[in-house]
Amino acid sequence: MNGAEFISLSLPPILIGSFAAIACALPGNFLLLRRQALISDAISHVVLPGIVVAFIATGTISTWPIMAGAAIAAFISIALIDAIRRMGGIESGAAMGVVFSAMFAFGVLLLEMTNTSSIHLDVEHALYGNLESLVWFEGQSWASLLSFKALAGLPPELPRMAIILLIIALLTRLFWRPLKISTFDDGFARTLGLPTGIIGLSLMGVATISAVGAFDAVGSIIVISMFICPPSAARMMTNRLEMQIAWSVAFAIISAVLGYVLAGYGPLWLGLDNAVSAAGMIATVSGLILAMTAIAGPCRKRAGVPALSSG
Amino acid sequence: MVLGVATRNGRHVSEDASGHSPLAIRGLTVSYGEKPVVFSMDATFESGAMTAIIGPNGAGKSTLLKAALGILAPLSGKVTCFGKPLSRQLEKIAYVPQRAGIDWDFPAPVRDVVMMGLYRNLGLMGRIGAIHHEKVMSCLARVGMDGFADRQIGRLSGGQQQRVFIARALAQCADLFLLDEPFAGVDVATEKAIVKILKELRSNGKTVVAVHHDLSTVPEYFDNVLLMNTTRIAEGAAGETFTQSNLLKAYGGALARVQISAAV
Repeated sequence: MNGAEFISLSLPPILIGSFAAIACALPGNFLLLRRQALISDAISHVVLPGIVVAFIATGTISTWPIMAGAAIAAFISIALIDAIRRMGGIESGAAMGVVFSAMFAFGVLLLEMTNTSSIHLDVEHALYGNLESLVWFEGQSWASLLSFKALAGLPPELPRMAIILLIIALLTRLFWRPLKISTFDDGFARTLGLPTGIIGLSLMGVATISAVGAFDAVGSIIVISMFICPPSAARMMTNRLEMQIAWSVAFAIISAVLGYVLAGYGPLWLGLDNAVSAAGMIATVSGLILAMTAIAGPCRKRAGVPALSSG
Repeated sequence: MVLGVATRNGRHVSEDASGHSPLAIRGLTVSYGEKPVVFSMDATFESGAMTAIIGPNGAGKSTLLKAALGILAPLSGKVTCFGKPLSRQLEKIAYVPQRAGIDWDFPAPVRDVVMMGLYRNLGLMGRIGAIHHEKVMSCLARVGMDGFADRQIGRLSGGQQQRVFIARALAQCADLFLLDEPFAGVDVATEKAIVKILKELRSNGKTVVAVHHDLSTVPEYFDNVLLMNTTRIAEGAAGETFTQSNLLKAYGGALARVQISAAV
């Protein structure tokens, strides 16, 4: 593959995949430490009916109505989960399981009943995204990266995902201390005057933004795996939160790049002639990284290990 | 010191009609479900004294602390700190939560946890400088944990974890220290060390309030006692309040005779 081909065909999906992976991994770290990792799974499922309803209402698949619809669906589901948990006295895991599978199923039904065949919105798209189709025809050489005319032809998912990632990274940096302290010791955080309830809800809100932004470009498989796999693998590499975030970003990038390359060329190397789904391969690579850290990560043995006596 | 104790014992605890007690609770009611856990609770904690909150399991001791601090929302009641609503006096308070309620697997070394005691001064983006690191290390040295600054908090014994929490409270430079079962699950050496630090705080005019479960050490450690079982049973100097009849009122038949014998 020559440089021009790489720039127009591979660079945009690799960048979009990496940005989406990092945008999900950042809030994923805190959800994991708060024992709320499943929330991200719920969010990425429930946004589907929101997206479909937004499409039916507006007749287009433009960014902002879709984002609004998905966000509304996510907040409805969070309220539903909370309501089921309180009114039924059911533990939150079960409440989430009920809500997110029901909402996703409702979204699939809506998709099938409405005529969305004219646009690129179907069940397959919802699962895998359309990473491979995010090409940049104007990107003919490395020089195109400096040409405004060529840059204007970038797939719109790329700048959108970059902006979402930038916002999430800035929010994480700005609210680092409140996030860290309320995740570790909620009661203590309250005595510092921190609104821990609002912090927790905002974290879910940020996770929803990443999920919705990434969903359209890369599909729900990547979203779910990137919320959970890179942070979990990172937790087994270090005992410092700052380092855990750094590792999770590194693992997210490795998953996105390696997954995309393996999906495109792996089958060819094996003598097969068809590429496989990039989204599926990216999620698989993140799972393999998690498996490796579970086997050999330096900080994998923690829970269940008796605390060391004073040394 | 002897004089101090005599004065303290001679003074009636709820003297502060002017409302300048470090912590005054009026009509506090908290409920998780239908039944209130804390009901119409009144308490006035004496300035510069060490007070034990005691009562049987499920008496609402921890709930009282959490509701007073605003960690739990009470159904009703008023809490003041040095005469003002507690929510406006948070910088004067250091809270040490129950060790059992904490996720010790959290990826943070000891020094990070103590640094959290300085977060209020640091704000969102304030730079952590040499002065803050020195403060953290000096607080760790006071609890004898300066040699463990870089160890992950999950790899400490229960007593060491409690010392780290005490160090974090010291870093807050508060006037009122509220501790929830500071001696639960800690070794004897740690218990002695913590009592020594709390008594030092008291000598410096700080007020200490601790939920406490070991009745045998109440008169030795504390000046005052708040005896409760959902509501207030008795409150005052340990010598007058920590009596067999009050204990029977609070614990009913549930109290072993061995423990009662510790009473004054």
